[in-house]
Amino acid sequence: MQLIFIYAAGLIFGLGISMSGMGNPAKVINFFDVFGPWDPSLAFVMGGAVIVTFFGYRAVLKQPKPMFEPTFSVPTSKVIDARLVGGSALFGVGWGISGFCPGASIPMLGSGNSSVLIFTASLIAGIFAARWMMAVTQKRKALRNTTAVNPAE
Amino acid sequence: MIETAFTPYSAAIGGALIGLGTVLLMWTRGNVLGATGILAGFMNPSSSSDWAWRAAILAGMLTGPLVYLAIAGQMPAVQVPVTVPMMVIGGFLVGIGVTYGSGCTSGHGVCGLARLSRRSIVATLTFMLTTGLTVFVVRHLIGA
Repeated sequence: MQLIFIYAAGLIFGLGISMSGMGNPAKVINFFDVFGPWDPSLAFVMGGAVIVTFFGYRAVLKQPKPMFEPTFSVPTSKVIDARLVGGSALFGVGWGISGFCPGASIPMLGSGNSSVLIFTASLIAGIFAARWMMAVTQKRKALRNTTAVNPAE
Repeated sequence: MIETAFTPYSAAIGGALIGLGTVLLMWTRGNVLGATGILAGFMNPSSSSDWAWRAAILAGMLTGPLVYLAIAGQMPAVQVPVTVPMMVIGGFLVGIGVTYGSGCTSGHGVCGLARLSRRSIVATLTFMLTTGLTVFVVRHLIGA
């Protein structure tokens, strides 16, 4: 039962992406091209999505718990660091080059367009590459900490 | 360069549907709808039930264009003014960026802004700025 609702959530989201033009790179890039063939449509997509989510979340989060889970699990981190800003900055560079973001490319895979497939495959490669780099830095940091604590080793 | 028509109504209705799907996930399962996190967890799930809900929502997302086809009588337009090598580079940078930045347009830009999360506000302002700068460089300085 739960999975049907979650499937429906994905379907409504995907239909919204399809209708909005968010999954059309030409439209996305034109939104950011204020000195070119500017198309302000994307502002209405973001506006519509944020307004509905803002009021929807307020109503839903007043409930003691979600329908199928014991608790709500919303992100709690408040840290604003170089990782957040640097990562977001890099994401923007990629979005500006390709015109696709993850939430738009996943539904558009269903349209069968080959560019979407190429983008999504590279996206997945990038996610794995970043995770690997993060694991390497973490291991190095851990190694440095143990040598600092135990200089004799 | 491909010109596109200004479509405020379909954009706003589409945006509202994106919001509706996002709220439905919070209502039923109690978590945010971040495409990056859902995709990353799908490929590297912590348990079989964790995989199942991610598979369900991804399947739903993929069906979106087909429902659009049934309603509108045509597939949603995908016009790509980007070469294949640039698409590969762009996708790879997006993958690295969203992993380090812990989110993308859906996670930070929709869910985070709606929750008035300061982290997400900073993230969204940052990527909107760098996306704009990148488009300016690619279109007007390099002239692609």
